[in-house]
This record gives sequence, structure tokens and C-alpha cells, in this order.
Amino acid sequence: MKKIGVIVNPIAGIGGRVGLKGSDGAEILRRARELGARPESPGRAVEGLRIVAGAGDGIEILTYPGEMGEEECREAGLDPTVIGSIESGETSAEDTERAAAEMVDAGVSLILFAGGDGTARNICDAIGERAPVLGIPAGVKIHSAAYAVTPRSAGEVAIRFLEGSLGNTRMAEVMDIDEEAFREGVVAAKLYGYLLVPEERRLLQNVKTGGIQWERQALRGIAEDVIVGMEADDCYYAVGPGTTPRALMETLGLENTLLGVDLIRNRKLVANDVTESRLLEIVAESRARIVVTVIGGQGHVFGRGNQQLSPRVIRRVGRENIVIIATKEKLISLSDRPLLVDTGDEALNRELSGYMKVTTGYRDYVMCKVGY
Amino acid sequence: MGRNRETLLREFHQARWDEEFIMEMSVPGERGVLVPRAEEGIRAEIGDGLTMIPEGLRRKEPPALPEVGQMRVLRHFMRLSQETLGADVAIDIGEGTCTMKYSPKVQEHLAARHPGITEIHPLQDDDSIQGILEIYYKMEQFLKEISGLDHFSLQPSSGSQAIYANACVIRAYHAARGDNDRNEIITTIFSHPVDAAAPATAGYKVITLMPGENGYPELEAMKEALSERTAGIFITNPEDTGIYNPSIDEYVRAAHQAGALCVYDQANANGLLGIARAKEAGFDLCHFNIHKTFSAPHGCMGPAMGAMGATSELGGFLPVPRVEFDGKRYYLDCDRPESIGRVRSFFGNAPLALKAYAWIMQHGADGLREAAELSVLNNNYLFEKIKEIPGVVVKYAEGKRRLEQVRFSWEKLMEDTGVGTDDVERRMIDFGLQPYFQSHHPHVVPEPFTPEPCESYSKDDIDEFVAVMRQISTEAYENPELVKQAPHKAPIHNIPVPIVFAPEEFATTWRQYKKLKGFE
Repeated sequence: MKKIGVIVNPIAGIGGRVGLKGSDGAEILRRARELGARPESPGRAVEGLRIVAGAGDGIEILTYPGEMGEEECREAGLDPTVIGSIESGETSAEDTERAAAEMVDAGVSLILFAGGDGTARNICDAIGERAPVLGIPAGVKIHSAAYAVTPRSAGEVAIRFLEGSLGNTRMAEVMDIDEEAFREGVVAAKLYGYLLVPEERRLLQNVKTGGIQWERQALRGIAEDVIVGMEADDCYYAVGPGTTPRALMETLGLENTLLGVDLIRNRKLVANDVTESRLLEIVAESRARIVVTVIGGQGHVFGRGNQQLSPRVIRRVGRENIVIIATKEKLISLSDRPLLVDTGDEALNRELSGYMKVTTGYRDYVMCKVGY
Repeated sequence: MGRNRETLLREFHQARWDEEFIMEMSVPGERGVLVPRAEEGIRAEIGDGLTMIPEGLRRKEPPALPEVGQMRVLRHFMRLSQETLGADVAIDIGEGTCTMKYSPKVQEHLAARHPGITEIHPLQDDDSIQGILEIYYKMEQFLKEISGLDHFSLQPSSGSQAIYANACVIRAYHAARGDNDRNEIITTIFSHPVDAAAPATAGYKVITLMPGENGYPELEAMKEALSERTAGIFITNPEDTGIYNPSIDEYVRAAHQAGALCVYDQANANGLLGIARAKEAGFDLCHFNIHKTFSAPHGCMGPAMGAMGATSELGGFLPVPRVEFDGKRYYLDCDRPESIGRVRSFFGNAPLALKAYAWIMQHGADGLREAAELSVLNNNYLFEKIKEIPGVVVKYAEGKRRLEQVRFSWEKLMEDTGVGTDDVERRMIDFGLQPYFQSHHPHVVPEPFTPEPCESYSKDDIDEFVAVMRQISTEAYENPELVKQAPHKAPIHNIPVPIVFAPEEFATTWRQYKKLKGFE
């Protein structure tokens, strides 16, 4: 029998309806409750879990007590096995993390969790890529690609995944924004890490692809194109974070840092996870190129998860030596919005804007508008 | 009985025969035709026929063909046809970009039965095939007038092959001028994907332009992509969205200034006949899918015709043989030293030239223009009706009209109900409509569908199509599962989602199928 874990962040989404832009932190939670806010997540979790319940008896459900899943499961018509313990009404991020870790230890095939970006981040901290997960969207902020489009589709994807009709998993970006800044009106999403999610084309809004094989081929093609372009001279390549640059590193057979900047030269590794100062030393003396991809749903090529590539580094390298790589599907998922640069240097942002050629496959490119 | 006059919906149900594969119907020794024994004189001359084939080419064992009598073969294929929808039994407005117009049966009759086409062979002497050569020659004159370009070849046997051949012409042109550094082609995301794929196959790098607010790329994007490495641009207009780029000549001029050639993909020219031409927009090359705009039916990835046109400067590069006329007789001309050579054996799919010639002759110049006007009128009527349906979204160029087709989106329906374009497409079958075409890949417009109600369809046909779309939208909001589980009245109910993409899961031969299913 297939086992799945169910975790509900019972306070996710509480801030949204009362305009608090998120639910992180005890003080916000108190204010939200004062404003008469009710959490969104239990209802949305039940909506997704009903689909799971409709699939019949072949699935064993593991969940946490009370409002962290047990109640939602029962309301949806499921009969879960309850593990762990919580203090009802006082749950926190640590409970989410503990629940995820215990469920992975219990050998679940998938964790279905209801929450927002913060919840995805907690799950990422607890289990990384140890087991596939899938989010039921319930939070105020959903920038993470680990979430299904709707609660119902989360249930449907979960069932298909367990049935084996979606055999594969893919890595999904976990983005989170600084809630403090968000409340000040500044959206500053960060690339936080990656989770493993079932491969399902409808999970990705606006994107219809040939599935994971297609994507793998596209990534391979992109990598080959960049590699063919590498001159066998003293040119350094600063390879930014993300799964697309990682495909380049893997094609070269090099160790890489998923969330950092790696430095290569003549197709060989110079250093992993380099800092801005190291990059400045290099670019002061040698020719260099920067390889970056599009991070997050808003289309950032600079200023999200790659701050090591600072304005000084970028200026020194020069616009013509920036290689942007991304699959066509990723570009299309931006729905006609431009790519964004947010280097922290207004003048540089302006210089980088305009049209840039993005490598989307082997000898295959797309002209993209860059804005800031 | 009959279609409901109020709702315009049908109580449709398709046949389900549970038919076996023809390979499974085979009975050893059963025959459809007993071939008569050759006469004595012939046998004396050529023996049994087999021994004339060189030893190395001869099969050691007979091929594993199904052995089935005529009556059972007929029954088999009639049953399969009853399990199939298509333009001859269903309203086929949905297949946008394909132009599923009515192909008059008289054309089919001629092509299938007239000895002037059925009894000839391309290796015959030119003098004995003057009829078909004349049709080729006159077709070329028609297409010259329709496009404004100076030379045509009817040799490519598909639109894709014509685009590939045009890419070869571009390469030959630059090479002839000693310019070998041009290795890039520019196209747009809403042009046909072959405008990227065929030049890539011919060895070019491909740069794709994305749509701007108008639905087509901004001129600035084109200018940024152009350089001394640009060999050519391949562009469709109107693009897949049905949106016409009225300043296309400026794009062409910019490309020419960079030294590039410009190819107009006119596979579907149905909204333009007699109205706008490749020449006036400044294009150097173009192609028409004869099986779309000119009514020779689609060949299902098989026998089609992509007629490619060129300016006088590029005419010499077209494939050989060309059909020429010296004032008295028609003849095949292979003496073209600059030609890219053959892209196909002989001179193409002759029956298609015959059908298209017949179609053009039935219409005349005025009739062609009327066909274009009606197709645009029909489409804009459909456009107004469809965009009012709950759940439908139309991207780009709000308030602007479209030409012969529209790319709609069920994005809102998907958000509201979880019912997407795959679901709607399957549900259409339950009302006796041919399933629609969604979009070329990649799907830039989410949950897309692309109808094209060309000149063949009546207002009543369009109203029925709209009624079905509206009905499915209502069902999606009231009972989404009904739509998601569709089709309910088709020969097959359990259509897999997601559909098969992986090549290793395809079986295109009986041998592959058996292997895939583990039969051997």
C-alpha cells in the first residue's frame, strides 16, 4: 500500500484577507486574529484531500494531530494514522519541520502539504530532496513552484503520482520573500532552495511541455551550445545558481553549487561557490563571461539568489559577455513579461535593459526584452 | 428527431466496432485478389519475374503481410472509417491553421479516374505527358499572379519540405556571392514551428522573436536580432494568432538592409488571396501549401504539395526539373547550374497539382478573392460569438480584428473549473464535431484552441460549432467531471492523460507494437 504524508500549516493564509501580506511571526499572527482573520489553509487542504479520498482505499495516510492534518483528513473523509504531538493553537514552523522529517523516516512516497512560501521553506529545511512533496496552495504568498495550481489539482496530481502514471520528479524552486519588506511594498523574492515535486505539466501554470524528457533534452542542448561557445583561452565563466546552469556544469562533469556561483575556465573547475570579492579579483585581471538563468516566477536574471554577481562584477564583465540560458517553457511561463534585472544599481539596470538573446537550446535562441 | 432547433445540439453517438488490427485478421492462404498467371509469351520473355531481381535484393522469406479476402478488407476499413471523424462527416471548423475547406468531389474523381493522370509515369517522354505538364506550367502562372513572385516549383511534397528547400536556396544564394559567414535565421514564435525547424535542419542557428503587445514582435526586437550573420528571416503573416502584421514591409526592409533574404511562409494564405501579395511586402521567397489554401486535401503527413516561389533574382536556385513551355510544347528543364537540385524524386505529387488547378479554374480570380473575404468574414463572426463564452480569453491586440483564424484560450475556464482545453477537445466529439486543433508547440497561449471557419462553412455550421463550445463551457461550470471524463459517445472512452510523448512509447509498425506489448 502507498503511504502519503499530510501536513497542514494551520495558520497559512491568515494574513491575506486582512491585508497583512503574509503570516510569518507571532506578532503578525496575533494582529491577524485581532482583525478577525480566519486561516485559509484548513478549507483549502480539505478541498484537495477530498480528491485523494475519492481515489479509494489503496492509500495509507500519515498525518499530524489536530489542526495540522488530522482534522482536515477526517473532514475530507479519510481515515489517517496520526503520528507526533503538538500543542493545539500554538503550532509553529518547528512542528512543520518535525512532521516532515518523521514522515520521511516513516517511508512515505509523497508529502502533501498545505501552506504558503514559508511552509515550503520549512519543508525544504527539514527534508531537502529526500522525498517528493507537493503543495496545496493556501498561503498569502505563493512564489514557490512546489505548489499545484489549485487545491483540487494538488489532489489529482498526488493520485496520479501514486498510481505511477507520473513516474518522474523534478526540482522545483523554493522562493520566499522577505515579509517585512513586502509589507513596506517591496517585493524581494529570494531563491531559497529546491524541493522534489511530481513531474506534471499542469503543475506549471501556462506551460505545456513534452515532460521531463523534453526538458532534459533542452537543458542538454543549452549546455552543449554554451560549451561549444567556450573559447579555449583564458576566459573565465562565472556560472550562476539554478538547475539550468547546473545542467551545464553536469554536462562538463563538474562539481557545482546549486545556490551559488561556480567558476570555471577552459572547461575545468576553478572554484565552487565563490564570493563577490573573489569574482572581482578574477574579472579585474582576466576576461570573463557570466552564465545566468531566470530565477523565480517573476523572471529575474540578476538580483535573486545571485547577488555575488554584483554591479561591479557585471560592469567589469560587460553586457556582451552575459550569457542568459533558459528553456523556452520557462520564458513562456513569464506570460509576455520582460526578464528583470535588479542589481541594486539603477544605472546598471538601465544599461542592461533592452533586448538580450537567451540561449534556449543547441543553436537555438530567443530574443527577450529585459526590464528593471 | 434531428438536431435540436433551439440549442443546435445533436444527440450524436459514434459507432464502436471493437475492431481488431488487420494483422490479427489474417488467415493463412486467404487472398483478396488472385493475380492471373502471365501469358505464355510474356513468361518466355521474362521468366517468373523474380529471377530478374538481383540476388542480393531478393527477400529470403515472403513479407509478413495480412492475408485477408476482399469483403473482410472492405468491412474492416468501413468500420474504421465509422470510428473516425473528419471533414466529410463532421463540421471541421476547429482545425485552425490547416484550412479544412471543402474539396469538391469532381477534383477527386478526376485525380482518381482520369487516365491522363492515373495511367502516366514520370519517366515517360515529355511528349507523351503534355497534359500534366501543361497543368504544372499553368499552375505556376497562377501562383506567380497570386504571390507576385516570378518563379515557382511544385516539387516539394509538403509545406515543411518547401521551407527546407527555401532554406537551401538561401544558403546557395549567399554561397554564390561568396558570403559564407551568415549562419543565423530569424523567425517568430507564432510562425509555424517548421520555420525554425527546417532552417535548423539545413544547418542554421535559429533566433526566435516573442510577441509584443500587438501580438507580433516589435520591429526593435527584429533589428536587435539582425546582424551580418543573419542569412534570412522566415515569417508567417498573419501568424498563428490570426493577427496580421500591417507593417511587415518594414521588417522585410530591415532584414534586407542587414543583407538577409526574406521568406514568407504562406502555407495558409486563405485570408489573403487576391488581397495582399508577397511581392508588395518585399519578400524574396515564399511557399503555399497547395493542400490548404488550394483545396487539394491534406495528405496526413504524406502526399502533399508545398509550392515554393522566388523572385527573378533567385529563380535559378529553385529545384529541378522545372516545367517550361517553348510556345509549342511543354518540357522538363534540368539545365539549371545554380539549382539546389532535387528535394524529391521526379516532379512532385502530380495529382495535387491537378486538383488545385481544377479548384482555381472553378473559382477564377474573383472567386479566389471572394474565398478570402468570406473566410475573414466567417472568422470574425465566429470571433465575436466565441469570445462571449464564459471561460474564454483572447490574448493580444484587444479590440483588433483577426484574419482567417483566432487563437483562443480556455485559461479562465481552467482557473474557474479545472476544465482545460484537452477536456473540451474530448467533449466536442460527444456532439459530433471534429476535435479542434489546440496550438503548435510550445503553447505560448495557455489552454489554447484555434478554430478556422474558412469560406466553405455556412453561418449555420458556425452557429452549431459555437453552440457546442457554449454548452461545454456551461457543463464545465455546472458539472466539470462530465467534461473531464469525456468522450462518452465515441468509440474510445479512456483516452490517456497526459498523452504519450515519449518516442519509445510509440508503435508505428505491427512489429513495434508486438514488442511494446510484450507479444514477442
